[in-house]
Amino acid sequence: MTAELRDPSPRTDEDVLLRLEEVVKYFPVTSAKVFRGKRDHVHAVDGVSLDVARGKTIALVGETGCGKSTLARCITRLYDLTSGKVVFDGEDISNHSRRRLRPYRRKMQMIFQDPYGSLNPRRRVGSIIADAFTIHGVAEGEERKAKVQELMELVGLNPEHFNRFPAEFSGGQRQRIGIARALALHPQLVVCDEPVSALDVSIQAQVINLLADLQDELGLTYVFIAHDLSVVRHVSDRIAVMYLGRIVEIADTDDLYARPRHPYTNALLSAVPVPDPDVASRRERVLLVGDVPSPIHPPTGCRFHPRCPRAQEVCAVEDPVLSLQQGDRTGHAVACHFPLTDGEAHA
Amino acid sequence: MSQLAAELLEPITPPSGQVVASEAIQGRGPWQLAWARLRRDKVAIGSSLVIAVIALAAIFAPLIARLIGHGPDTQFQSTGLSPQGIPVGPSTSFFFGTDDLGRDVFIRVIYGARISLLVGVIASGMAIIVGVVVGLAAGYLGRAADTVLSRLMDVILSLPFLVFAIALVSVVGPSLTITVAVIAFFSWASVGRIVRGQVLSIKEKEFVEAARSLGAGDLRIMFVEILPNVLAPTIVYATLLIPLAIVFEATLSFLGIGVIPPTPTWGNMLSEAMPFYRVAWWFVAFPGLALVVTTVAFNLLGDSIRDAFDPRGSRSS
Repeated sequence: MTAELRDPSPRTDEDVLLRLEEVVKYFPVTSAKVFRGKRDHVHAVDGVSLDVARGKTIALVGETGCGKSTLARCITRLYDLTSGKVVFDGEDISNHSRRRLRPYRRKMQMIFQDPYGSLNPRRRVGSIIADAFTIHGVAEGEERKAKVQELMELVGLNPEHFNRFPAEFSGGQRQRIGIARALALHPQLVVCDEPVSALDVSIQAQVINLLADLQDELGLTYVFIAHDLSVVRHVSDRIAVMYLGRIVEIADTDDLYARPRHPYTNALLSAVPVPDPDVASRRERVLLVGDVPSPIHPPTGCRFHPRCPRAQEVCAVEDPVLSLQQGDRTGHAVACHFPLTDGEAHA
Repeated sequence: MSQLAAELLEPITPPSGQVVASEAIQGRGPWQLAWARLRRDKVAIGSSLVIAVIALAAIFAPLIARLIGHGPDTQFQSTGLSPQGIPVGPSTSFFFGTDDLGRDVFIRVIYGARISLLVGVIASGMAIIVGVVVGLAAGYLGRAADTVLSRLMDVILSLPFLVFAIALVSVVGPSLTITVAVIAFFSWASVGRIVRGQVLSIKEKEFVEAARSLGAGDLRIMFVEILPNVLAPTIVYATLLIPLAIVFEATLSFLGIGVIPPTPTWGNMLSEAMPFYRVAWWFVAFPGLALVVTTVAFNLLGDSIRDAFDPRGSRSS
């Protein structure tokens, strides 16, 4: 099984910066029972394999609780993996100690979801951004200040405001501060954990444009996490749809939007708002019934089968393998026994 | 920079002419805001003034002694005691009257302030330092470290203070050092608990993860990221701990296991005055008053500081 579950679409013509192999992260559940037999676990990420090409953006999409953020923290090794491998630039860093991870901290950085929680309210913005320099002993005194101001200018902040506190900035500006901090050491990979979900729609566009510009300018590779397919369409080259800790479908962005194969992807796509009211009224919403099942005891077989409109008996028994469609050349893989055909998609 | 980023820059970057002018702009952090609120608070100003007067009196006690012409241990056998050997009441030569040995209560109260403030500040300072470090370690490191340190704090908080103090002093003998040590030993655990609780919530914030993803070590996260966020409640607690320590010292000295006579402290003065309260009210009243005024002033200041840091939960409600 392991061999097949590896991202089935490693395209040899591309330079792989980050490779995930069968990444698994379980969290033990503390139970109130005094005499507990087998300990329960939350299956937050349950066997995710993924290749991220250098200079490209891959989006991870899925509902709240599907394990996107956990995966992000596994990639940046804020969490220890339960099993599996994180290979960064050819080196397996999944078992590196903190000390050995330090050089990789410079190469991969993270942008956080909450622009309020991710900046220390008691510290000045300049010193927050300068943290990277301080920790890695890169620049001192005036040079450090100059670099901080350069970064602030790069992300569209007034460099004169380095002496202010985070509370004096708006949500969008705070997210720019977070971006500046992440970019301080010129990382190759930036993991963006829902960087715009907490922002107003108008500000979302600004921040996404900024991220896109920075990618062009600095040649960044993004792992972009979102729960909303309308946001990622504009930023990503490739999209992986996650459900209950697994990737259920992965494809190039245009391909995924044009030809969703997995019923779950289809349902997500049908929820994306369309600006044209005529199209919107003609279109059929695929409504999912029920909630996401508990990740402590995920369903047998295909994890989506209790909510799937196409489910049949086999789905409850056999776990579908993420595999390429017949005759596919674009690297469009889906984990479904009964994938949708072209005509059946939502729109 | 690309076109788009340049566009984005525009609304927030002032025209170059204004940049120089805005250089003086300095963010008003939570500390400055609290300070500004504190300065508008009449109670805070009043209690600070009282504390300042007491502190100045304590610092310049020898000077005051020279001004009025006698020190705390000078005995006035003829003028300071009535022919029956009873202390004399307040007069122009003895502002607060005299005690049973014919000593000036006024200068003894002033000298007593030295001990009280010294013990209050040093003991609570030590308690704060130990409590903050232990609380940070317990809250941040968690697991076994938390279990061990938390149980240690529980044990100390459950020890009976007076019994322990009396037992210790009967073994090593009373002194100022022992007094400070005992008070600090019994005070740090409550600080540790407060800090631990704060750390537990703060360490889950995303900025701690951000620091970790930048490669910050545990010590840096504890002291640079978390400590500034627990400092405000700690400072509030410190100002409330000082009067507590002063009362502790007075208690120990009153029981004769604190600072030993003839060094005057408010506690041992009260103890000496006990048999005379019916004939010499001043002997009890002035050291007692000094104790009450000092502790009330510190408590009010502590309340004001707490309000200044957290204006939502003010006393007006």
